[in-house]
Amino acid sequence: MIELKAVSKKFNHTHAVNEVSFKVNEAETLVLLGTSGCGKTTTLKMINRLITPDAGEIYIGGEAIANQDGDALRKKIGYVMQHIGLFPHYTIAENIAVVPKLLKWPKAKIEERIHGLMEKLHLPAHTLNMLPNQLSGGQQQRVGLARALVADPAVLLMDEPFGALDNVTRTSIQQEFKALDELKRKTIVMVTHDVQEAFELADRICLMDKGKVVQLGTPKELLYQPVNDFAKKFLAGQQLTLEFKITKLSDIWSFLPNAAAAEEKSEVADVSVWEAMELLRSTGKDRLLAVDEHGKIKALSFEQLTKGFNQYQNLQAHG
Amino acid sequence: MGEQQQTLWQFMSGQSDKLFTQTLQHVGLTFISLLLAIAVGLPLGILIARKRKLSGLVLGIAGVLQTIPSIALLGFMIPVLGIGAKPAIVALLIYALLPIIRNTYTGITGIDEYVKEAAKAMGMSASQILFKVELPLAMPVILAGIRTATVINVGVATLASFIAAGGLGEFIFGGISLNNTNMILAGAIPAALLAIILDLLLSVIQKMDFKRLRRAVYILPVLILILGGFYILPSAYGSSLTAGFTPEFMGRQDGDLGLKSAYGLKIHTIVISDAVMYKAAFSKELDVISGYSTDGRLKAFDLRILKDDKGIFPPYYAAPIVRESALQQFPQLEATLNLLANKITDSAMTDLNYRTDYLHQSPERVAKDFLISQGLYKASRNGNRGTVRIGSKIFGEQYILAEMYSMLIKGNTDYNVSTKTGLGGTKICFDALTNDQIDLYPEYTGTGLLVLLQPDQQVAKAMAHDKDKTYQYVYGEFKKKFNIKWLKPIGFNNSYALMMRDKQSKALNINTITDLKKYLDQN
Repeated sequence: MIELKAVSKKFNHTHAVNEVSFKVNEAETLVLLGTSGCGKTTTLKMINRLITPDAGEIYIGGEAIANQDGDALRKKIGYVMQHIGLFPHYTIAENIAVVPKLLKWPKAKIEERIHGLMEKLHLPAHTLNMLPNQLSGGQQQRVGLARALVADPAVLLMDEPFGALDNVTRTSIQQEFKALDELKRKTIVMVTHDVQEAFELADRICLMDKGKVVQLGTPKELLYQPVNDFAKKFLAGQQLTLEFKITKLSDIWSFLPNAAAAEEKSEVADVSVWEAMELLRSTGKDRLLAVDEHGKIKALSFEQLTKGFNQYQNLQAHG
Repeated sequence: MGEQQQTLWQFMSGQSDKLFTQTLQHVGLTFISLLLAIAVGLPLGILIARKRKLSGLVLGIAGVLQTIPSIALLGFMIPVLGIGAKPAIVALLIYALLPIIRNTYTGITGIDEYVKEAAKAMGMSASQILFKVELPLAMPVILAGIRTATVINVGVATLASFIAAGGLGEFIFGGISLNNTNMILAGAIPAALLAIILDLLLSVIQKMDFKRLRRAVYILPVLILILGGFYILPSAYGSSLTAGFTPEFMGRQDGDLGLKSAYGLKIHTIVISDAVMYKAAFSKELDVISGYSTDGRLKAFDLRILKDDKGIFPPYYAAPIVRESALQQFPQLEATLNLLANKITDSAMTDLNYRTDYLHQSPERVAKDFLISQGLYKASRNGNRGTVRIGSKIFGEQYILAEMYSMLIKGNTDYNVSTKTGLGGTKICFDALTNDQIDLYPEYTGTGLLVLLQPDQQVAKAMAHDKDKTYQYVYGEFKKKFNIKWLKPIGFNNSYALMMRDKQSKALNINTITDLKKYLDQN
């Protein structure tokens, strides 16, 4: 869907982005991860030509974007950023309607679409006539997301979309984000410096440093097969949390004991070990019932989860 | 105080026609120039917000233009644009430019970068970003600039009367020349009210929220256009010749009022400052002007005095007037000042004025040459036994006289001298004298009688045309009322006179004011 070929950009004689190449598949979420100044935001902004590359080529849907009209190109690509950038003089409804109006949609269609999005993003309808500064930070970011999604673009670019939010709001919006149907069909490139967020949301991660791609792969590959010291150090310190996050119950299913009471209804399906632990913590129960794809139910306690995870880890290390 | 207010009210209701016209002209001038300033300043502000490298240059030039004194700026305009509305509007436009350019620039550059980035990222074109995002968001700041410009314009527009563009300045400067407080206030109070009201109105618009502001911004240009149109409304009655009279002349019994009552003269008249009147007559923008009979520009611009056949212009013999207390403090002063008595004739004074006004010799040099030719010049004794303070009104002749007195005092006594030249009109000079800020200045008998003493009409009429009676009267009254002494007259008579271009007066065969009246009635 998106392809970068040896793309470079210099600012004042220093390479902000140096011969970066990658492909993003349709409906995939690629996260550009790195420290600030590594070139990830510049890379992102070159995809919708907010920044023009000095060298290299970028294709979207097989067409080189350099040959397209920049404004027309950007109307087809959703864009969400940390600072949200809502228009302070427009109401919420007007803010969301910017792109459809530019595309000259009929009024009724715009209204219908806005109401649909408001519901999906859990924005109360009475905020439609408010100005952005009357909304909370979390609500504003939802409006930012609605604005990017309203014209149903195939590609969505996100620049630290949750960066300005407090921890509690961030976690809840991330969860909604993952669950949102609209986003599952989209090709998404997202920039973040937050390793946890990257592992939470990415199909693949592109780890960058000093304008270059260090490693490109699935979260699992980054975690278990780091290509060099930088990649290893970047994830060090959060290793265990990340492992819990990328290991699914289905991975450790065989190491878990069978449930005694099979007649009970299951509570979760194939979640990560991390989420299962969180559920145990938050509900205060000592057992969690999980079901696999064959309808088999197992009851899990905290100890059983840890034990199963350790056995699985040992197998990974030696296999 | 109560009496004062009542008479001001009487003055204003008596002159309500004029007041109304002047107010309309004032509002019109302010808003025509404001509209043009917005038309020029807004795009410039946008341009330099886009190309920031230009901002220093553009703001610098606008800033320099802002610092040119308004009178000087009006003066620069005359050779290019003549007199009347055009140069006044251009001058006002120049003053309004800086706040508008600067605030447009600050307003646009002050917008959150992320809002602009979001606008671009959504696919807005550069012009869509400008009109939908940048201008609406910068609008409160731009409006603040327009508000500043409006208030500046209301103030500067008072000076438009100097170049015959009308406005409330006609009353203000007429009043200062005529020592008429009511007239000054009749111009100054409406001007101040205008500034306050416009400032308040614009502050209300400026503080509106974005939604209402959007509507207001559409109405504003229409409103400005309508207000600007006020300028065209008042139209004076036309005549084949055009007269330009100073504000002082307009309000005087021995000026325009006398022309109307004694001669029945009806001529299309515009009010203009003395400084530009002669040039305007020379360049055929005016046909008849109210000048002074000894003015050097008479000679320079080839003008001719129309004979005052009904004798409405009283004599104006010049003489120094001195505070009695100064004469006591400086015992040698009176004798020294009287050295000049009867030394300068009408034609001699015209020649001296010609040298400063037209040949651009310094008043100091002209004074020195004259004193030398009369054998009166002595080198300065650099004395330090007290300082005599000499004042003068703001025209060439007075500068020359002040210089002569200064040289005479320095050469003949041990006093030091400081000169305070250019003290505006009669009122400013006279107030400076009575308030002990100057010790003496040259005054004219006619002015002393009609402007400063203002006796009732019969007394004035009885002696106005007799040189000696007038002198005796002012001599006695000034001593009694103000403790000020008139010294001996210098010799020349600088009275008011109507004048025309020599060629035109010959071509139309107009030699006297009565001829002029007949010509106007027939054409």
